[in-house]
Amino acid sequence: MDPVIFLIQVLNGVQYGLLLFLVASGLTLIFGIMGIINLAHGSFYMIGAYLAFSLTRLHGNFWVALAAGVVIAVAIGAALEWLVMRFLYRRDHLYQVLLTYGLILIFEELRSLVWGDDVHGVAVPQGLDFSIPLTDNLSYQTYRLVISAICLAIAFGMYWMIQRTRLGMMIRAGAVNREMVQSLGIDIGLLYRLVFALGVALAALAGMLAAPVSSVFPGMGNQVLIISFVVVVIGGIGSVKGALVAALAIGLADTFGKVLVPQIAGMVVYLLMAAILLWRPQGIFGRT
Amino acid sequence: MDTQPRSLQIILIAGLVALAAFPLVGEKFYIQFVTKVMITAMFAMSLDLLVGYTGLVSLGHALPFGLAAYALMFVSPENGAAGVWWSLAVVAGVAALASLVVGLLVLRTSGIYFIMVTLAFGQMAYFYVHDSKYLGGSDGKYIYVRPVLEIAGWQPFNLENHVDFYYVALALMAFVYVTLRVLLASPFGRVIAAIKENEHRMQMLGFATFRYKLVCFVLAGMLAGLAGWLTAAHDGLVNPEMLSWHQSGQLLMMVILGGMGTPSGPILGAAALKLLELGFQGMTKHWQLLLGGFIVLSVLLIPRGLAQLFEWRRRD
Amino acid sequence: MTEPALRTEALQKLFGGLAAVNDVSLECHVGRLHAVIGPNGAGKTTLINLLSGDLAPSGGRVELLGKEVTGLAAHRISQLGVGRSYQRTNIFMRFTAFENCRLAAQSRLPSSMRFLRPAVRYAEVNDAAARALALAGLRGRAGVVAAELSHGERRQLEVAMTLATQPKVLLLDEPLAGMGAEESARMVELLRTLVAGHAMLLVEHDMDAVFALADTLTVMVNGNVLASGTPDEIRANDEVQKAYLGDADD
Repeated sequence: MDPVIFLIQVLNGVQYGLLLFLVASGLTLIFGIMGIINLAHGSFYMIGAYLAFSLTRLHGNFWVALAAGVVIAVAIGAALEWLVMRFLYRRDHLYQVLLTYGLILIFEELRSLVWGDDVHGVAVPQGLDFSIPLTDNLSYQTYRLVISAICLAIAFGMYWMIQRTRLGMMIRAGAVNREMVQSLGIDIGLLYRLVFALGVALAALAGMLAAPVSSVFPGMGNQVLIISFVVVVIGGIGSVKGALVAALAIGLADTFGKVLVPQIAGMVVYLLMAAILLWRPQGIFGRT
Repeated sequence: MDTQPRSLQIILIAGLVALAAFPLVGEKFYIQFVTKVMITAMFAMSLDLLVGYTGLVSLGHALPFGLAAYALMFVSPENGAAGVWWSLAVVAGVAALASLVVGLLVLRTSGIYFIMVTLAFGQMAYFYVHDSKYLGGSDGKYIYVRPVLEIAGWQPFNLENHVDFYYVALALMAFVYVTLRVLLASPFGRVIAAIKENEHRMQMLGFATFRYKLVCFVLAGMLAGLAGWLTAAHDGLVNPEMLSWHQSGQLLMMVILGGMGTPSGPILGAAALKLLELGFQGMTKHWQLLLGGFIVLSVLLIPRGLAQLFEWRRRD
Repeated sequence: MTEPALRTEALQKLFGGLAAVNDVSLECHVGRLHAVIGPNGAGKTTLINLLSGDLAPSGGRVELLGKEVTGLAAHRISQLGVGRSYQRTNIFMRFTAFENCRLAAQSRLPSSMRFLRPAVRYAEVNDAAARALALAGLRGRAGVVAAELSHGERRQLEVAMTLATQPKVLLLDEPLAGMGAEESARMVELLRTLVAGHAMLLVEHDMDAVFALADTLTVMVNGNVLASGTPDEIRANDEVQKAYLGDADD
């Protein structure tokens, strides 16, 4: 393969992987810390994209729309946790699965009511809608590089928060022993609401960032959902580090798969997951 | 253990009678609809054998179902009908073999990882079929004539007739139900139930638990294959969506909603989801909102699934 | 001297670099009870786990009725005639006491891959289960769901299940754990009646029970065997006194 084409594929794979990481990290936090399997997580990605669409139409500046979108997503997440999710903590996982499946249906329909069923586009933010030339006839979209940069920054931010702040410590403790954290005087209900809202915001943010490159359409949540579960499981449930590694692996595998083995491109990700789980059933960084 | 509450037994018998009488008064559309519901109920029962009774939550149960459907398509001649017996045998064999191979691999995991690995294999099958030209790709293929059963020149039923098909489906649904009840009361069934309760102790008592789980996985796959055969015969069409995770996921929802590990749960779940879907679709374009709302409320309010509604409190 | 029903030779289990069980050699004969005692963390439960197949040994040999069984899977060892009861009750909480024993007894059928006749119609299995329950003193409680049994009754059920598999060798891990005086006395009597027909290995902290029942005593400390012999020999052993018996009043 031509080195420049190879580089482009790597950049694409990394960018896709980093967006996946954003979505998957929220999923792994919610699952690992609160013990909730949330099938509706893909819906938040979709809502993010649609929010980007509407907000950029309202206010021309993409970044302002992004910030507003994150705030809205946090509010939605907190409200959802308070209204519904907090009743699921003690329930069997399967009931969480069923309930959040119902939520997918509800969110799909709400999206249809508010935005309709058309496909939309979101313009690449002003100032970034140029490409960096790599050779005579190949170039790379600057915005894609910006996406990767933002996701990496968020990854570091999450690492710092979880490892170095008091909040992060509470989150880690809450994952291990809910009752103990409560007896330390920490309001676990509030903590969980925060974590859930954070997870929702991450997924929505990913959708917003992706909107200019992947367009906004119904069903975009479904595709992302299943792959992000794969990422979470390969990386190890509850491990943000694992989600990063797995997301990058999948991003690259999927991208190169489409180029190198297009006949079985769809299967590549699942082959990878099956192979990893059969070798190491708890995922790369998961605890047995 | 699994003796059902009296109220439920009465309702089941009443239901059976009602189902038997329905074609006498129903229109063709609804007869065909109820036929589909009954086939779905069989499919759901096969999954509950894994989920509710053995504790194996599979998100890839569409695999034996879809492969069976495609197998029927393969053995159905373009201008004629496949024989019921031998096409069923082929289909059962395909479903069993596929489940055996997948089971040998996935049963090495457990919990959420088991769920994901079954999903992985289901998706692999989906993408393989979806991207294969010779299998019809994303459009799928047709089955032009429904299978025919002939015994020495006599045809006991004609599957092309929607009423005949209905009764065949009803009989098979009853057959699957009874088969599961017998299975669960058998020594094999008790082992399966105990594995769900405490697998480690079963190993310590001398049971090779992997083998039992594998046999269960294969049996469930064969029953799913039966549902696949019926669906393909009924719709006259097979397409990759029959192997998708949506298919597996929706089926799982029915099993959970109806009440896992109860004999009638899967039937209730399948019937509820399909009937509500039809009903809500008739009411509004935004029917998913209603269905989703129903699901959310039932999880919050009926902790053990719809079958719980029929349990009058005999014990605390 | 008859062949030992169970024999270990230099048995060892390593976790990382730590030897939880190191160089343990002992024998159990039918008709005799061999007690293993020692402070917490001495490796007694690990030893039983090695013998029952819960854990695979890192080194050494295990022989059962003359046959080598080192490293065999737990279910195979069970089928060869070893029954094991657990320190922390490990039963089927949602099944009745009878069903618990019935499952244990069913394991002795040539195969449970039987799909037609209802399990409850296997008379020989039912009889074996009823016998085991009666032997363990639970005859009247057969229909009670295990979760609703008292702690002592659950410990009895543990033993009953083990008996229902008709083992030659009994590995009992602290059967008296958490029992009051009366329940303990009943359990000791039960164990006494079982010695005649089985080779028994008993891990216990209750010293009264141990000295009342044991024909041979092995004292373990930090994974190693400190001393082994008759109860009198052990009582007289100074090292053992220092390491263990001195504060064994729990």
